[in-house]
Amino acid sequence: MGKLVGQPIKRVEDNRFIKGEGKYTDDFNMPNQTFAVYVRSPHAHAKINSVDTSAAEAMDGVVKVFTGQDIADAGLAGSICGWQVDFKNGDTMKEPPHPIMVADKVRHVGDPVAMVIAEDKYTARDAAELVNVDYDVLGAIVDPKAAVEDGAAQVHDDVPNNTIYDWELGDSAATDAAFENAHHVTSLSYHNQKLVPNAIEPRAALAHYDANEDKYTLYSTSQNPHLARLVIGAFVLAIPEHKLRVISPDVGGGFGSKIFVYNDECGCLWASKQIGRPVKWTADRSEAFITDCHGRDHVTDAQMAFDADGNITGLRTKTYASMGAYLSNFSTCVPTYLHGTLMQGLYTTPAVHVDVTAVVTNTVPVDAYRGAGRPEATYSIERLMDTAAREMGMDPTELRRKNFIPAFDGVEQPGYQTQVALQYDSGDYETNMDKALQVADYESLKATRDKAKSEGRLVGIGFSTFIEACGIAPSAVVGSLGARVGLYDAASIRVHPTGKVTIHSGAHAHGQGHETTFAQVVADAFGIGMDDVNVIHGDTENVPFGMGTYGSRSLAVCGSAIMKSVDKVKEKGARIAAHKLECSPDDLEFANGAWTVKGTDKSVGFGDVALTAYVPHDYPADEEPGLDFASFYDPANFVYPFGTHICVVEVDKDTGEVDVTKYVAVDDCGNVINPMIVDGQVHGGVAQGIGQALYEGAVYDDDGQLLNGSMLDYTMPRADNFPMFETDKTETPCPHNPLGVKGIGEAGTIASTPAVVNAVMDALSDYGVKDLQMPLTPERVWSAMNSNGNA
Amino acid sequence: MGYTLKVNVNGKAQEDDVNPRVLLVDYIREKLGLTGTHVGCDTSSCGACTVHVDGKAVKSCTMFAVQADGADITTIEGMCQNGELHPLQAGFKEEHGLQCGFCTPGMIMACADLLENNSNPSEDEIRHGLEGNFCRCTGYHNIVKAVQHAAENG
Amino acid sequence: MISYNFDYKVASSMEEAFSMLAEAGDDASFIAGGHSVVPAMKLRLSEPSTLIDISKVPGMSDISQDGDTVTIGGLVTHAEVASSDVVNNACPGLAECAGVIGDPQVRNKGTMGGNVAHADPGSDYPGALVAFGATICLASASGSREVSAEDYFTGLFETAKEDDEMVTAVKVPASSASAYAKFPNPASRYAVVGVGVSLNMNGGSCESASVGVTGAADHAYRASGSESALAGSDLGDDALDAAASAAADGQDMMSDLAASADYRAHLCGVMLKRAVAAAKARA
Repeated sequence: MGKLVGQPIKRVEDNRFIKGEGKYTDDFNMPNQTFAVYVRSPHAHAKINSVDTSAAEAMDGVVKVFTGQDIADAGLAGSICGWQVDFKNGDTMKEPPHPIMVADKVRHVGDPVAMVIAEDKYTARDAAELVNVDYDVLGAIVDPKAAVEDGAAQVHDDVPNNTIYDWELGDSAATDAAFENAHHVTSLSYHNQKLVPNAIEPRAALAHYDANEDKYTLYSTSQNPHLARLVIGAFVLAIPEHKLRVISPDVGGGFGSKIFVYNDECGCLWASKQIGRPVKWTADRSEAFITDCHGRDHVTDAQMAFDADGNITGLRTKTYASMGAYLSNFSTCVPTYLHGTLMQGLYTTPAVHVDVTAVVTNTVPVDAYRGAGRPEATYSIERLMDTAAREMGMDPTELRRKNFIPAFDGVEQPGYQTQVALQYDSGDYETNMDKALQVADYESLKATRDKAKSEGRLVGIGFSTFIEACGIAPSAVVGSLGARVGLYDAASIRVHPTGKVTIHSGAHAHGQGHETTFAQVVADAFGIGMDDVNVIHGDTENVPFGMGTYGSRSLAVCGSAIMKSVDKVKEKGARIAAHKLECSPDDLEFANGAWTVKGTDKSVGFGDVALTAYVPHDYPADEEPGLDFASFYDPANFVYPFGTHICVVEVDKDTGEVDVTKYVAVDDCGNVINPMIVDGQVHGGVAQGIGQALYEGAVYDDDGQLLNGSMLDYTMPRADNFPMFETDKTETPCPHNPLGVKGIGEAGTIASTPAVVNAVMDALSDYGVKDLQMPLTPERVWSAMNSNGNA
Repeated sequence: MGYTLKVNVNGKAQEDDVNPRVLLVDYIREKLGLTGTHVGCDTSSCGACTVHVDGKAVKSCTMFAVQADGADITTIEGMCQNGELHPLQAGFKEEHGLQCGFCTPGMIMACADLLENNSNPSEDEIRHGLEGNFCRCTGYHNIVKAVQHAAENG
Repeated sequence: MISYNFDYKVASSMEEAFSMLAEAGDDASFIAGGHSVVPAMKLRLSEPSTLIDISKVPGMSDISQDGDTVTIGGLVTHAEVASSDVVNNACPGLAECAGVIGDPQVRNKGTMGGNVAHADPGSDYPGALVAFGATICLASASGSREVSAEDYFTGLFETAKEDDEMVTAVKVPASSASAYAKFPNPASRYAVVGVGVSLNMNGGSCESASVGVTGAADHAYRASGSESALAGSDLGDDALDAAASAAADGQDMMSDLAASADYRAHLCGVMLKRAVAAAKARA
């Protein structure tokens, strides 16, 4: 551990945010800019007969109105799916087009049919109401499982039975055999409900086409500006990379929803060229509810088989996963490679089989949302574990202890090969759970619960011991599985003549604190101070081609690229230092900001070497001037954080309200660079997972109308929904990346949802309630308590 | 339809001709260029737009600018005094009470009103006092600690 | 979100407000705090041609007490009611109610008059005002009148107020043994069910009770069955159970995402019991 690494260094970026001086996309303006408002379908499924824009175009201040037909006439394709998952029988995945605006039929409420551009946003809004669209309303399909049935409304003409693909992983025969021979089988069926990400900053774009340079600039709320440039340039608008600049300034939260390249932003870029003026668009919240990609929406049957001793002998799941109305960029990999591959959890389950059918429905597209596939997998496994423990009369911790994969460090002991493709890097699951039991004081918790129950109060304890795969991802591996992009990252380190350092990061921070953690790592590496390091991110013209931030990858992947550049700086620096010290580089060691001849006090400082590199008067003959290196890092494997979360709830007998009274999270994300930031990530993740368990969920009616499409109707967790969270950690280093780090951005969300639901089921155990549909609203809980568990 | 609006924003007198339908938040952001006040919803729910009007925290998305005629308005940009951070600004940094920073200005403005009315709030009072503000990043844990920090150091 | 265009006028007196209203015609609306008016206009659910700002009209911003009657001006904010010593002493249930409306920012701006004029079915005040026997003071260009809260709230966003009238004040009888209990909508913080209770206690015995319910039906109502069950009782379990089970009697319970009709009816009873317990503790 260095001077800075491992310390809770206060965040550098906070200095601007706490003063209101952050600069988010909507804070930027350009001379002569116009304002766009999209006209969106009020219907979930309808044929467009005509679009009359004449009244809108006649309004004073309206610059131009474009429609889906204009997009079709321009021959534009629209955004793409970035991951091909083929059918079991080898047939190619169905991939319906997703135009920037539609001309023929709308497929979800919010599908754009026209775009009004005006001199100001007030006029644009007024004119948008005057666009008259004549629809023939069609029947809609919302339920993922019903979508495949004959007779269900067909979302796309060329996607029979709305089926995008079917897919399986694991040994079906061995798994079926395990169930045939099982002593006990635990079964659950549930809908892992559709969630609305609701980053507090709505999406926005400011697009500009410069005719003089034939060049486009897009300010955008993106988690990954290079990925946006790649997709927009290569696929959507056919703009050469050197003619498209994407800038992601400060971004107000993403949680996955700002990974994707949305058609709305592409439309602004395209329109900017057509009208020859900058186009600004900012979603309002109502629009965000029906356009930002949603998460989850899996309908799943899950079963776990046990022998007489409580050893897991098999796990099988069948899932219908909704993609929504169109395939968003990574929608297809979420229920497969981010879900099926995690289905062994951290147990020695010898036979696993996962079956997934991906479908389209008349709902907002679904894609990665914090955790993305791994929360769904963890929910299946961990709900089955607590349920099985209750059914078999075992303590849930003992059932887990019996089935944990034994500790392995990935160095002395090899990585652990699961039945579902992944090889875990390192893990010590039992030690982690024991730490959590100690932090929570489990024995005393049980006594408290039992005493409360004896007094007629409904207190419950729930567990979730989870593993996830993040640090996405080894390019060759994901490429062989259908990914259409590489998932490396990139970073450069520019050492300035005075020994100050600028890091150019391919990862983009929208809350993760890269400007602090990356600086900690590099400052320690060079023996300099935090103030001597600056981090630049979020502009394709100023940072190397990195793939951005999602899948808890920034430190594990981009951080590794940074370390590669650090090594290059040190190697070259050593050659310059050796020249100055008149020795061989092999004679030098680097410590405390200086190269020292081993065994002597002869040394030269980092700053001296930097200055020499830029003022190379007395300099090695074959050496280039300068000290500036870029590196790409393609990870050897995913990283596999894990942990134990324990939730305690009390249910209000009168109303069914669930109060989370205690929450303990003991996470293992490998080496920790900044424990303050790691804890913060866990807090936020846990809150989002509790949100799914108790409060959140998109509610559609049969016509495909989103019934809770505003923050007055969709329950966003508030401060008074949570207790103080108790966090602790174990540290099992990742064996395959230079910092020994895993990832922590999604862990809390992955772990917490089943822990909360397990706790509520424990509280309700005397009522014979085995399962309840999330979110566990007061009414659902109350109804279950008052209907003999048959709710 | 223009209306002459006179307000005092962060100690500076402003006079502008505004359309009555311009929301206070849009006036602050677009006319005055004070972009620290944010818009996160359209239903008076999220609190990202919270500013002080005559010393009280209000949601500036739920007020037409003309309604503020004659008022003293403080935005996040007006919270530093003589280059010194407000205790809440310091508290949010010290306790890692923010991540993406988008809700932070509204949070700080709401918390300032909370502390104005109750200089030593309990955890429960803080949590209930934040009913009008959403944060999607922090789980509120460190926001509560930030308010406690400010209460202790204010 | 952007409203339609409208004209904006500021009234400096009640007379001027009424003359502005007469001049502006049917589509005009008063605005005070704006927390009912502005959200609806932003979502383009309402389209007034003229907004007449009455927030600077004198004489409606005070809380006063005359004997057993507390008068709250139409422009008094929820935060002012919640923190008022007069209200907390004379009618703690009303202060309690004001303190759980919306959120702190909403309470800083929203007013008694606006709330009562808007009559949202999930609004908190109506339940309390009905329970506490309040009187709504209305004025128009042609004079003023008073309507009991029970008669004032007549339907979904419907009241006894005429379009040309303004809510100038609310008069509330003192009731120390009063309370308000609420089950909030988890998203909006409106009342799924809110119950106001005022007790007239004589020692351990309840001589009479008044119960008002909001959020449950399309408008606030008096739960007379519950009142009968409480009256003359010692507020023991039997009386409370009887009162709770009568709290939704004769009412058409609303059903929405937050609560079905059955669950709402159940919550009426739960909130009633909680309000009774709190009111009794203040007796």
